[in-house]
Amino acid sequence: MATEHQSNTTKYIVVYVCILVIAALQFVVAYSNIDGSQMFTRMMLLACIEAVLAVLFFMHLWVDSRGLLWFVAVFTIFVLLAMQYGWTDSYRLLNGVPWAK
Amino acid sequence: MSYANLSVQGHAADGVPPVWAIPAKKMAMWLFIIADSATFAACLFAYGYLRVADPHWPRPFHSITNVAIMTFILVTSSLTMLFGIDAAKAGDKAKAFRWTMITAALGAAFALLHIREWMGLIDEGVRLFQNPWGSALFGASFFSVTGLHLLHVSSGVIALAVVAIRYQGGRYNADDIEITGLYWHFVDLVWMFVVPLVYLLNLSH
Repeated sequence: MATEHQSNTTKYIVVYVCILVIAALQFVVAYSNIDGSQMFTRMMLLACIEAVLAVLFFMHLWVDSRGLLWFVAVFTIFVLLAMQYGWTDSYRLLNGVPWAK
Repeated sequence: MSYANLSVQGHAADGVPPVWAIPAKKMAMWLFIIADSATFAACLFAYGYLRVADPHWPRPFHSITNVAIMTFILVTSSLTMLFGIDAAKAGDKAKAFRWTMITAALGAAFALLHIREWMGLIDEGVRLFQNPWGSALFGASFFSVTGLHLLHVSSGVIALAVVAIRYQGGRYNADDIEITGLYWHFVDLVWMFVVPLVYLLNLSH
């Protein structure tokens, strides 16, 4: 029990430090001399890595049942992808109408 | 067999294990988190769309110090929450109570820093539909996204304090601490996307 507690604490601290380092990298990217879309892509990639670490290790999804892991992953990704459906109309409003030219 | 018998036999109290062997309360919290992530995603997508669509989007953030401190506090609060959950599972009530209250205190510090930052922007003239720099929608989108997050942090702080006190009093158990912890980690996770989108992409270099 004590050994398990110790290994949990070590794991949490390692993940915590990783997340802080990745957050610091986001701040470094913010001051780097690159264009906006590259900056956006890099920051979102780092944010996704942070989020995956938090979900798997802080929210214990890695040690919970595999069924729950798949349920959360599939439903969340499906919902987020389904939300992209609206972009076609958004870009039509921006670029496709006569008064946008 | 009647429908009545089917429904009775399907009940967890009759020996059928809960879905994926996790408590119903925890499952409910996961469902809430999935739904809430869609809410935040919608806000952040809308913010991103407005940000990209307007070439005159304001870049009012001169320094990263405040947001860096806020990020450090929130990520640290996730770590203290984990210590609280571990202590609760080990049956150490005093330690679990202490770590959970430390988490709530860090959340309160985060909220105060956030409000201080809002006051600074309001002093500079940012309102919901006007600001001195550019797109009038900046204030509405900024206050909506960060306000929704601040609402989650504030309610999380209250929930943590209530659950910690009731856990110490014996009304709640370790599962309740863990479920509140899930919510708190989610609040932390959302901040990881708010920081780059709302703050870091709008730094005035």
